[in-house]
Amino acid sequence: MTDYDVIVVGGGPAGSMAAEAAAKGGAKTLLLEKDRDIGYPVRCGEGVGAKALKQFMNPDPGMIAATISKVRMRSPDNTCVDFGQEEAGYILHRRIFDVALANRASKAGAEIQTRAYVDGLLMEDEAVTGVKYQYMGQHRHLTSKIVIAADGVESRVGRMAGLRTSTKLKDMESGYQVTVGNIDVDQEMIDFYVGDNWAPGGYLWIFPKGDGMANIGLGILGIYSRYDSAHDRTHSFIKKYFPKATILASVCGGIPVGKTLKKMTSHGFMLTGDAAHMVNPVTGGGIITGMQGGQIAGEVAALAIQKGNVSEKGLEDYPIRWHRTEGKTHEAFYRISQTIDTITDEQLNKIAHRLVKTPSSELSLLKIFTTVAREKPKMLLDVTRAFAGV
Amino acid sequence: MILVKDNRCDFCGTCVAVCPVDAIELREADISIIHDTCIDCDICIWVCPIDVLTSDKPVEVEND
Repeated sequence: MTDYDVIVVGGGPAGSMAAEAAAKGGAKTLLLEKDRDIGYPVRCGEGVGAKALKQFMNPDPGMIAATISKVRMRSPDNTCVDFGQEEAGYILHRRIFDVALANRASKAGAEIQTRAYVDGLLMEDEAVTGVKYQYMGQHRHLTSKIVIAADGVESRVGRMAGLRTSTKLKDMESGYQVTVGNIDVDQEMIDFYVGDNWAPGGYLWIFPKGDGMANIGLGILGIYSRYDSAHDRTHSFIKKYFPKATILASVCGGIPVGKTLKKMTSHGFMLTGDAAHMVNPVTGGGIITGMQGGQIAGEVAALAIQKGNVSEKGLEDYPIRWHRTEGKTHEAFYRISQTIDTITDEQLNKIAHRLVKTPSSELSLLKIFTTVAREKPKMLLDVTRAFAGV
Repeated sequence: MILVKDNRCDFCGTCVAVCPVDAIELREADISIIHDTCIDCDICIWVCPIDVLTSDKPVEVEND
């Protein structure tokens, strides 16, 4: 008899979805969060697609800071490519959003413990049989049939289980963001700067947060961040364009933009969310993919426990279902991101000049990518794959 | 040897994620380098978003 059927490590969106799905599937579930609070600190730009989010919930107005209907993409020479879509996305209050998701998990029957820092796994041979953790200075351990690691970009728990979860430098975006006040930005528009000027190998974003506030941040590939850090670049940008802005919060973090790990399970063990490298490699968005991955992981875990087989074979539906739903598009997006990295600033300008001639009502992300593909024809097939069904 | 500049770390874990030998320990508000394990590859210094990590090796001059 184990203490729990499923122990989830990490109380972000992926972990909470996993805990909810496992509990709904009848598993006795515990979620452990290392920090004092669920949802804090927020290490995220907080943008999310509306349609994608609605697969999982009808968002409460209290968790939405801004509703986005316009997108602006700026080329290195500051040509603005604008397009719109009614209620295309939201900028969330992750602090509220994450708590709501964890609360959903607890309503489904999962127990939750904060301030629980997992510092080891219980193992029998290759099988994971529980966790060791610290709570308020006490060392504890709990046994379980399955551990689901949703411990974010660090993905330490996966390494404890013997999986190779570390991110290569070329697949890591170094990110920094400030939440600023006293700026006059369009509260319905997200604004992106691409090119080597501000964010080589990534982009700079301005996401409105309501009432004259915004998240301004950038992600740059690790290989470009040695001598001019994400922090320094962000502050130079704000000094140049928003000198009167006040800084209300600042946060840094890594965004894993490589391929999803091939091996995300072992006996009694599953990886999900950022920890399994599920982030969209083009957008750097990981909320939806993490929720999707976490939900599948939780469902498969509950079923495997019912069937009494938690071996890697018994958990094989997890990678199969991930591949069927998100994995295929993820791989296409990864190849697109590799091609995008080879586009020069001059080519970006040329693409933007071509796009501004298109009426904005005809512009969409798909149109932008197909125009990019005129410069990089080998991208076209992947663009078609990535956007099939969108 | 990799060094952590005092009181500047934000504990975001980016360095932990890229460390190829798992030589960085990070708790809620505590970071330490396990020097016996560290291979001085410096990629944690590259990736740190707020330049908290540094090396006591002499600075290499870049040749293009």
